[in-house]
Amino acid sequence: MSASLIGRPLARVDGRAKVTGTARYAADFNQPGQLYAVIVSATVGLGRVMDVAAAEVERMPGIAAVITHRNAPKLPYLPHRAVIDPAVGERLHVLQEDNVRFYGQPVAIVVADTLDHAERAATALRVTYETRQPLVDPADRRAEKIVPEAATRARALADRSRGDADGAVAQAPVRIDETYDIARENHNPMEPHATIAAWNGDRLTLWSKSQYLVNEQAEIAAVFGLPAENVEVICPFIGGAFGTSLRTWPHVTLAALAARHVARPVKLVLTRKQMFFTTGHRPRTRQRVALGATPEGRLTGVIHEGMGETSRYEQFMEALTNVTDYLYSCPNVRTQYRLAQLDTSTPNHMRGPGDASGIFALESAMDELSYKLGIDPIELRRRNEPQIDEAENKPFSSRSLMQCYELGSERFGWARRTPKPRSMRDGRLLIGMGAATATYPAFHAPASARVRLLADGLAEVEAAASDMGPGTYTSMTQVAAEFLGLPPEQVRFRLGRSAYPQTPSHGGSWTMASVGSAIRAACLEAQAQAARRAVADTRSPLFEASVGNLEWSAGHLRRRGEASTGLSYQDIVARTGAPVEAEGSAQRDPEVAERYSMHSFGAVFAEVAIDPDVGTIRVRHIVGAYGIGRVVNPLLARSQCTGGMIGGIGMALMERTVLDLRDGRPVNAHMADYLMPVNLDIPKLEALFVDEVDPHVNPLGVKGLGEIALVGTAPAIANAVFHATGKRVRSLPIHIEDVLTA
Amino acid sequence: MAENPSELHLPGPIMSRREALQVTAGAVTLAALPPETVAATSSSPAVVKNDMTLTMTVNGRIHTLTVDPRQSVLDVLRETLDLTGTKKGCNQGACGACTVLVDGKRIVSCLTLAAMHGGAQIETIEGLEKDGVLHPLQEAFVEHEGLQCGFCTPGQIMSGLGCIAEGHAGSPQEIQFWMSGNICRCGAYPGIVAAVADAAGRT
Repeated sequence: MSASLIGRPLARVDGRAKVTGTARYAADFNQPGQLYAVIVSATVGLGRVMDVAAAEVERMPGIAAVITHRNAPKLPYLPHRAVIDPAVGERLHVLQEDNVRFYGQPVAIVVADTLDHAERAATALRVTYETRQPLVDPADRRAEKIVPEAATRARALADRSRGDADGAVAQAPVRIDETYDIARENHNPMEPHATIAAWNGDRLTLWSKSQYLVNEQAEIAAVFGLPAENVEVICPFIGGAFGTSLRTWPHVTLAALAARHVARPVKLVLTRKQMFFTTGHRPRTRQRVALGATPEGRLTGVIHEGMGETSRYEQFMEALTNVTDYLYSCPNVRTQYRLAQLDTSTPNHMRGPGDASGIFALESAMDELSYKLGIDPIELRRRNEPQIDEAENKPFSSRSLMQCYELGSERFGWARRTPKPRSMRDGRLLIGMGAATATYPAFHAPASARVRLLADGLAEVEAAASDMGPGTYTSMTQVAAEFLGLPPEQVRFRLGRSAYPQTPSHGGSWTMASVGSAIRAACLEAQAQAARRAVADTRSPLFEASVGNLEWSAGHLRRRGEASTGLSYQDIVARTGAPVEAEGSAQRDPEVAERYSMHSFGAVFAEVAIDPDVGTIRVRHIVGAYGIGRVVNPLLARSQCTGGMIGGIGMALMERTVLDLRDGRPVNAHMADYLMPVNLDIPKLEALFVDEVDPHVNPLGVKGLGEIALVGTAPAIANAVFHATGKRVRSLPIHIEDVLTA
Repeated sequence: MAENPSELHLPGPIMSRREALQVTAGAVTLAALPPETVAATSSSPAVVKNDMTLTMTVNGRIHTLTVDPRQSVLDVLRETLDLTGTKKGCNQGACGACTVLVDGKRIVSCLTLAAMHGGAQIETIEGLEKDGVLHPLQEAFVEHEGLQCGFCTPGQIMSGLGCIAEGHAGSPQEIQFWMSGNICRCGAYPGIVAAVADAAGRT
């Protein structure tokens, strides 16, 4: 093989499909004879459905069905709990009871021959309720804080402690003790959730937006009491998700229920408003961080207490305080995580879950400490750089945080920064420069893949994975081409079908680590099978050769050390008839997992310009430098990172879902009112990668990228805002009025 | 939209956005009446069937269509003509994913009633590729990473065509301004600007 394909900036293999409109997303799979379903959402925050005037709308044109808890069949809802589901609680059982638990809960579905007929009837349907006052404000004194009963994963612990953090902070010569708030955010991918459901007897096909096809298959099978193999989920393209499609939400059940009720395929697409009701959100959080340090800037004690909102019916947990356990060296560290149960729907993971929120608190506090000590913020982090993960007492598999700070600060021009707040100006504008650390665990989950070598020389590769935008189609094509020794044009990578070999959810920055490693294993297995065929084939020049004496080079099999080109896959397959078909799977070696602490690290720099008179904040420049192991495709990796920075700008300055405290209604459930960065908001963005070799994480040496790309941006911006104005803002998003009072 | 009337807090007759548009367009129909009225006046059909027939040229092909007067251009494209390249991101005119060219001008097709565009020339993403050759702007989007998930891409490209045609692609800053009606949640904005600038330079 010539130069490695891994590391090459291959253009997206699905680019043409996406620029011609031929890439098909869930709602694009119109089925013959399909009807349209529209959900009617509860307009009260807590109570009971007393009456549904279904008869009034059943007479309207084109109406096929009005389904409510009164006429919906009782569904089996067999026990089902995936990794992605909260460990405690039970999912919403839709249309199975008259209870309304939160504003926007589905209370009916209307099915009609056209979308307009269904929308018209859903709008007209009168639902009356018995109403109670919901509690939706986690800051309300009546909102009881509970200890999470279970951890979704070992890293989300309720309480963790080493040394005596409280004592150390109390006695420290220099102290910071502050509270940080982050608003609820909604993922708001461009593609609304959508499901088209079609039954054929007791077999169900779902064209459905999902980041976790095999779980959607298993969950819907459990809800309807079907064998899993009776359900197929198809989703070749995802129009962004950021976590919202990790779980299977009620609308998928509703689409299938409606399709069975009317015995026709049914298409159900959520409205943008409904995307704020039942499809998860980054939970609103409140955190306390207390730091104690010596005058020289050595941390002596760290306390991080965090609280996140959840629903009454499920305990959603995220790793809110975990970064504090391992990010810096300190003998005395205590972290605590609590939940506030409210009358809202259940939150779920949103890009950089837990860590993005937790690091805002920790990295803001570190910045505050740096000013109090009079030490450069980057130097403060250098003085507390740990040699090992002190919480786990294990070495890091790799950690390039300081290299990231060096690379990033040089590109960013950190040396230009004058330390004093309000000391930098551009004309009348206040200029601020801030930095923050980013980190995210390098996860890896068991996955499998299939490789088929065809007689025409093409290789087909399949896995039940997803591509919500990072470029899975392209990067997996590169991995397969690399290990098969083929040009990428000869590889066809397919994903998006639950019937393909099982993979974990497309989230948590583990797709390349998990699916990529599985593809590698399947490629190696395919080569082994092809070699065995070649030596068993009497007409082959390699007949009766010892497999151990053969080698693969650029997709050709030859005797080791021999100069000949050797046999191509095409030669081998064409001579022996049937395609070579091989499956491979991979998972992290448990012994290696036990031995190392595995995380990505990065350093994010932000420059802001603030109008001192009207308080408008413009981000001018962001540089992110990351140590993420091997970069499979630098073109895609840079896009991931700059996209994550843009998400971070939203988190820092724009995004918040506001609930009406009277009824829990999201008052800005609209794309014009839920503010997100638009083109004109985007400054110069630069993503850099340090050369990092991690031999431990997985055979590909990749540590994951999707989450860390967002983590760290918001605190870097908040720290820059302080540097510009001298005003410390401890709540996100930062508003104009926050800096106007500076 | 499927919002319940009680959410709107409006006294008196409830009208959807589209019906309100019909009223302002002087085309009040029975469909615009509140459901109570409809129920009270109906002996046979609950609502008078008032579908309209019109012709529309989409990507150079003439279609004679029977449309519900409430139907948006977007829904006609996606649900009647099965031209699903044009996307519905918000149905509120706030995201730009549904942008198409109507008589050469970029519009959000979700807020545009098909009934008001009889005889119109509509261009969608499906019409740009000619004889297997991509439009330069399509090529530029791939080349400059002007996309990630691809869902906003058809709207971005149609909007980019409009932006160039309007003479608003003179500088990256100008492109940023005139492309800000198209949200990209993945954050492919730098690539989008580069793609529009590149294509504007080529044409």
